[in-house]
Amino acid sequence: MPNISREEVAHLARLARLAVTEDELDKFAGQLDVILQSVASVGEVAAQEIPPTSHAVPLRNVFRADEPRPGLSQQQALAGAPAVEEGRFRVPRILGEEA
Amino acid sequence: MTASTADVLDYDEVLARFDPVLGLEVHVELSTNTKMFCGCPTAFGAEPNTQVCPVCLGLPGALPVVNGAAVESAIRIGLALGCDIAEWCRFARKNYFYPDMPKNFQTSQYDEPIAFDGKLDLELEDGTVVEVGIERAHMEEDTGKSLHVGGATGRIHGAEHSLLDYNRAGVPLIEIVTKPITGTGARAPEVARAYVTALRDLLRALGVSDVRMDQGSLRCDANVSLMPKGTTVFGTRTETKNVNSLRSVERAVRYEMTRQAAVLAGGGEILQETRHFDESTGSTSAGRRKETSEDYRYFPEPDLVPIAPSAEWVEKLRATLPEMPWQRRKRIQADWQLSDLELRDLVNAGAVDLVAATVDAGATPNEARAWWVNYLSQEANTRGVELAELPITPAQVARVAAMVADGKLTNKLAREVVDGVLAGEGEPDAVVAARGLEVVSDDSALYAAVDEALAAQPDVADKIRGGKVQAAGAIVGAVMKATKGQADAKRVRELILERCAG
Amino acid sequence: MSDLTHSTAAELAAKIHAGEVSSVEVTRAHLDRIGAIDETVHAFLHVDTDGALAAAQRVDDDVAAGRPVASPLAGVPLALKDVFATEGIPTTCGSKILENWIPPYDSTVARKLRDAGVVVLGKTNMDEFAMGSSTENSAYGVTRNPWDLDRIPGGSGGGSSASLAAFQAPLAIGTDTGGSIRQPASVTGTVGVKPTYGGVSRYGLVAFSSSLDQGGPCARTVLDAALLHEVIGGHDPLDSTSIDAPVPPVVAAAREGAAGDLRGLRVGVVREFTGEWYQDGVIAAFDQAVEALRGLGAEVVEVSCPHFDYALPAYYLIAPSECSSNLARFDAMRYGLRVGDENGNSAEQVMALTREAGFGAEVKRRVMVGTYALSSGYYDAYYGQAQKVRTLISRDFERAFGDVDVLVSPTTPTTAFRIGERVDDPVAMYRADLCTIPANLAGTPAMSVPAGLSDDDGLPVGLQVMAPALQEQRMYKVAAAYEAARDKAWGGPLINRVPELEVAAR
Ligand SMILES: [Zn+2]
Repeated sequence: MPNISREEVAHLARLARLAVTEDELDKFAGQLDVILQSVASVGEVAAQEIPPTSHAVPLRNVFRADEPRPGLSQQQALAGAPAVEEGRFRVPRILGEEA
Repeated sequence: MTASTADVLDYDEVLARFDPVLGLEVHVELSTNTKMFCGCPTAFGAEPNTQVCPVCLGLPGALPVVNGAAVESAIRIGLALGCDIAEWCRFARKNYFYPDMPKNFQTSQYDEPIAFDGKLDLELEDGTVVEVGIERAHMEEDTGKSLHVGGATGRIHGAEHSLLDYNRAGVPLIEIVTKPITGTGARAPEVARAYVTALRDLLRALGVSDVRMDQGSLRCDANVSLMPKGTTVFGTRTETKNVNSLRSVERAVRYEMTRQAAVLAGGGEILQETRHFDESTGSTSAGRRKETSEDYRYFPEPDLVPIAPSAEWVEKLRATLPEMPWQRRKRIQADWQLSDLELRDLVNAGAVDLVAATVDAGATPNEARAWWVNYLSQEANTRGVELAELPITPAQVARVAAMVADGKLTNKLAREVVDGVLAGEGEPDAVVAARGLEVVSDDSALYAAVDEALAAQPDVADKIRGGKVQAAGAIVGAVMKATKGQADAKRVRELILERCAG
Repeated sequence: MSDLTHSTAAELAAKIHAGEVSSVEVTRAHLDRIGAIDETVHAFLHVDTDGALAAAQRVDDDVAAGRPVASPLAGVPLALKDVFATEGIPTTCGSKILENWIPPYDSTVARKLRDAGVVVLGKTNMDEFAMGSSTENSAYGVTRNPWDLDRIPGGSGGGSSASLAAFQAPLAIGTDTGGSIRQPASVTGTVGVKPTYGGVSRYGLVAFSSSLDQGGPCARTVLDAALLHEVIGGHDPLDSTSIDAPVPPVVAAAREGAAGDLRGLRVGVVREFTGEWYQDGVIAAFDQAVEALRGLGAEVVEVSCPHFDYALPAYYLIAPSECSSNLARFDAMRYGLRVGDENGNSAEQVMALTREAGFGAEVKRRVMVGTYALSSGYYDAYYGQAQKVRTLISRDFERAFGDVDVLVSPTTPTTAFRIGERVDDPVAMYRADLCTIPANLAGTPAMSVPAGLSDDDGLPVGLQVMAPALQEQRMYKVAAAYEAARDKAWGGPLINRVPELEVAAR
């Protein structure tokens, strides 16, 4: 069963956008290992034919009418932004997909 | 190793050695009143960040609720493409970080699309029919728009920072994915274009989207791969994005075929990557390579409940389907008694809707076709625009045709009237009045002109009087010249014969 | 300490509506109490003095003008967990990443409270993004248990439970993803209810694990919890998972239960909820509570729910998976903290630096565990399998409820543990939720009602009562009957045994 290496923690941290420190890598590697060991017992349950439950309530087809509702003003939308320019959210340069 | 983008193989050689395989992914923005999961309006052109709310801004605590009209559009699109409609399906979260996506996941459908397994027949310019299999059509949401500041050209590369507007974030999208398209050989680029064209026409007929490639309400990603002739295993594919016009679809596919062939011929390997089409050079370039392989960690969206369209609902929606473009073409061919070639010219000119509207406005099919397919098509070509974008309406064309039929305009005058309308001089009647183009129907004025012409050519007049009626043509020409073409030639001829009679 | 702060919500409402005391007086008494002792307890992250007094004044105006009051709880103060968005009032979720964030909108729960004339005193402390069982994971410091200031008040809703036990508020709102209402109630000797999933709107509740999160009422008595339940419950078109059905008649059930007659009721004791992790004093108190139920006429049988043993591991896969996705939006682009926007750092780098600085260790652990469990190679073995276990747990409940009307168990295996005792042992911390998690996985309602004090450490123990979906009235009736019997046996409400707190010099 799982054996989480430092490298795997680093990979997970990258996927999750966490700039973890070297110390954290060591600490989390140990802790994630223990946590994943402790949850691995779900695999013991014979559940081949069991359908998964994604929702606790058996609801279906919950739809909204296609009618506009009042939203936020530009000022409200931008009020919590770390940086704003020309009515838009200002963000650091984006490393794009485009060449 | 990678070939430089300049390295392409001659197209004929590509085809001698490889078979292309296409896969087309088309994203359509639905023209619903509100977004996919919130009540914000979807109209174009609003001030930035004014069509937003806690839901589409991804504010903490906000929750999505599905727009029922978007689901109906998705089902109708699925039905029009001959797809099966899922009895039960869910939304899923596609997890990846990107600043234009407020939640850092896109609410999409993953392994449970609402529609799957359909087909679309397309007709190429020479009348060849190609059947393209549809893998799936699924619902998802659009992202926000970013503006890149600093750097050279407003492009993302080299920009110092970016500005985000989330008005488009959450606009409903339908993604339509083809099955692999094989066996098209040299015609692959043409097939790609014809597919997007046919899909656009179908979506327009359904009335579910503006289908404007220039505004991004219809977008196409082209997957291209090559397999060596004689083999059946697909090669590694690339996905080309930023293909913003029908012509670009064709060019992008053709370019990728020649580029990949050059790489393969040089012993290289094709990298599975996203490529970017450059309109100005007609070539594609590689995107930024990810340091980690893509893993979207899809899982069922817990904030939304499953969608289970009942058979009754699906049938009710099926009943709302309009006549499909191909059914319409068949009917029009019969109604208007067109040959296969005439129909094809009509379709290739993109004139079916315009001609039909002109006929609806009172013109005969032949008149309407003559105007749109012949005269106006040339004009559109000269201007480099789509036929429908010319500043003249079917009603205006029908009005001109009616004036010709009534004898108020000659064909030559009619063309002048149309030119006037195109030049923005107003309605046809206004152009006629302003330019003084109406046929001279006052007989006394015509008698004077006829008498003058007969007097000027006494020898011809004698011939006519002597029974050589066909000689009247010369006098008609002179009268027409004198009246600057504004006379009705038939009437002129009648008057000449009358003057020369006994 | 004034009588006003020691009254129940029902008593306060009656006095306010009768004009015997004003809501402003009641509100001031509680604000004074907060001012006097919150430096010690630290239940609140934000106190909205002006807003609370204004809301109280509106109720007093209604009463003075002879207008009908907005609800049975109009004018009664309440402490709101800081995980609900409140327009114009800071909402932090106990996280640095949302420090100073002021939402531009109200959660449905906050709106319903305002509409009902309930006086929101402020926002209570919690484990960061509701991840924890001790409130030690708050970025803004620990909350202390009024029963013993060296001990935890439970979590994640430790601020809400402590505010009740410290008489800072007669009512509070919590959220329960794996036990975050019930376990804090248990260790502070208060009442906490997790309604049926979908019974209380999640709109504006900052999501930890969307398929498990459920807001609910917290109080010092069963009746008060029921009154609050009816104010915040009901269908909300802004939450797709909200159930479109009337709120179960819980107030009537609480009143009926107080008469103390449980004849004809079948109570199931879950066999699986015992063993090495259970404190002796907790088991003893629980056994006494079961005896009390028998004394009230209930028939008690033992039932087995074999898959409950797998609830904890399934939960610790599902909740982190969903949280890894839910917390992705905290990326420094649109709101909240931004760190490292300098030296030409890219958006991607700023996101990672901000999340590193803005999230605490437990949040990072869970985000990474969830990222792992959802990864394509592991999905089936972890997340997929956990979802199947979820089905099996629901089936265990269905089978059990085919035989009995309610199920009972200890709420949590131990009494309040010491602050710091489990911070470096996440798995030990997770065991606090051993008995509460099955109801979250199945979406069924459950509540904790105080069941006396443990004879080994003198700290409160909780009795958990569980009912089938949308059958909340059953558990309220049982809890109210038990509460009445317990008060009789103990010679008064247990909560009055909370030690007197040192009032800070003002
Ligand atoms: Zn919106």
